[in-house]
Amino acid sequence: MTTPNPMQDERLQKASLVTVLMRRPELGAIAGLLVVVIFFAFTANPAMFSLSGIMTILNPAAQLGILAVAVALLMIGGEFDLSVGSLVAFTGLLLGVFLVPMGIPIALSIPLTLLAAAVLGAINGQLVIRTRLPSFIVTLAGFFIFRGLSLVGLKWATGGSTQLRGIREAGGDSFLVGLFSGNAFSGLFAWLASVGLIDKFPNGTPKVTGIPVSVIWFVAITALATWILLRTRVGNWIFAAGGDANAARNSGVPVDRVKTGLFMVTAMAAALVALLTVFDAGSTDARRGVQKEFEAIIAAVIGGCLLTGGYGSAIGAAIGAVIFGMVSIGLTYTSFDSDWFLVFLGGMLLVAVLFNNYVRKKVTGER
Amino acid sequence: MAAPLIEVRNIIKHFGSVIALSGVSMKVSSGEVLCLLGDNGAGKSTLIKTLSGVHQPTTGDFEVEGRAVRFASPRQALDAGIATVFQDLAMIPLMSVTRNFFLGREPVTGMWPFTHIDMGFCDRVTREEMKKIGIDVRDPHQAVGTLSGGERQCIAIARAVYFGAKVLILDEPTSALGVAQTSMVLKYIDQVRKKGLGVIFITHNVRHAYAVGNTFTVLNRGKTLGTYAKSEIAMDELQNLMAGGKELATVSDELGGTV
Repeated sequence: MTTPNPMQDERLQKASLVTVLMRRPELGAIAGLLVVVIFFAFTANPAMFSLSGIMTILNPAAQLGILAVAVALLMIGGEFDLSVGSLVAFTGLLLGVFLVPMGIPIALSIPLTLLAAAVLGAINGQLVIRTRLPSFIVTLAGFFIFRGLSLVGLKWATGGSTQLRGIREAGGDSFLVGLFSGNAFSGLFAWLASVGLIDKFPNGTPKVTGIPVSVIWFVAITALATWILLRTRVGNWIFAAGGDANAARNSGVPVDRVKTGLFMVTAMAAALVALLTVFDAGSTDARRGVQKEFEAIIAAVIGGCLLTGGYGSAIGAAIGAVIFGMVSIGLTYTSFDSDWFLVFLGGMLLVAVLFNNYVRKKVTGER
Repeated sequence: MAAPLIEVRNIIKHFGSVIALSGVSMKVSSGEVLCLLGDNGAGKSTLIKTLSGVHQPTTGDFEVEGRAVRFASPRQALDAGIATVFQDLAMIPLMSVTRNFFLGREPVTGMWPFTHIDMGFCDRVTREEMKKIGIDVRDPHQAVGTLSGGERQCIAIARAVYFGAKVLILDEPTSALGVAQTSMVLKYIDQVRKKGLGVIFITHNVRHAYAVGNTFTVLNRGKTLGTYAKSEIAMDELQNLMAGGKELATVSDELGGTV
């Protein structure tokens, strides 16, 4: 005889595995990733899946992924931000101006840049909340304004040049530079090479000297965002704010504060990407982050975010970004013209949106 | 007798030049279902929004358990034990039953900065509460969108009760429901009343009101038309009062007394 478990209700319908899987918003992204991996496994040069090939894919995927995860949170919260790409350029410019012409020490310049991004994000959020206009339009204005300011500001700061150089030099040998550029775990990789676990050059240095720091940031931010979404009060409020702002307000959720916070996070993610690219290149220019706002939204949608808000996943968006990186870099390993990338991208977006709508109907029982 | 849970006297509410309430009085006590009846535009919505702290009365007395109050926000009303369940804005369809149940009042555990929602506890409570209502599908992780309207309404009420409401304001909880669903909700309202809560039940369906109500307050054009105990008034009288009397009577005659 079995002892009855007090936690178990005999009338509890055991949800079928399919239902449980369908409830995971990242299901589509995982399926997409499998399709893409299988496609390249058959068509691409095997070098693509070597350690160095994977690092080549992950670096751009990580930068996009940081944005995509933040954008996914914002989309779950029911808003869009089209200004993130322009903000990458603008905050990059701010960092450059703080460091080079103004000569502010790096330990102060970095927090100042992040702070400026937070303020700009808060302005975006307050504009959306106070005007009650769609965030699509409000941030479309930001899209142009920040790109324009980057162009004008860069010329003003450099006396007419399109690039602001000397950032690495201004950074000096501060450990902060290492936080945003280069590779991590180089000791581990050197050891792995010495014991013959990974490929090395004849002189003994490993072919891959470490994991790009952007990838570390990407993984950490994805993990943090997922935890916040699924396990904290704020996460619950984000879903609620995007699912039905009125119902959320009636339940005591500070919807406006949640949304403003999300805009701030998105802007700060843009600033982080700016830090990563600017310290990596040692310079900044006004073309940084072009089209990143759309790519981030696409990655978030591939990752299961609904355009209408209230549903989605940070892990999904991260996988969406990896798919993105894989396709954009992977095509160069195949015999296909790499311009097929755009066609693939559009197709993927369309399939993802159709799939998401289907899943939503399943989840909510809509007919 | 103990002071009523809520009592308002001569509440007046102006929105600019529009007079929404021009002197409404009503009270509800513990273990009582007060039905607030009135046709469209009678001021029911304004009154409940005033009671639940969304609006502040322009003038008038508002007492909770004998003490004068003035709520600046719905949150304050909630803290005073006045919970409002709105008709279709109670739940978020894409979120799970558990997440909806605890929305805005999530119990947390763990040390800062690792404070997180105590999901095990939430699931347990939600499952128990669903069981009490008698909802057959018992997975608290399913999205609220998969539940029927009546089940949603019941869970919204259960949530308010669980979080210690003394007075429940139900804004037309049955207006969008079918017959079986309606009886489910009405039965649950009666159950809640027996627990000793005060219920303010807003409806324009006299039949539903008569089924569970103890007292009936009729509003018309922003004024209280009258308050009646169930023993004092019959259902069709109530119906006539609510529609402002004679017009409905004429229409009713024309349609052969079926309205």
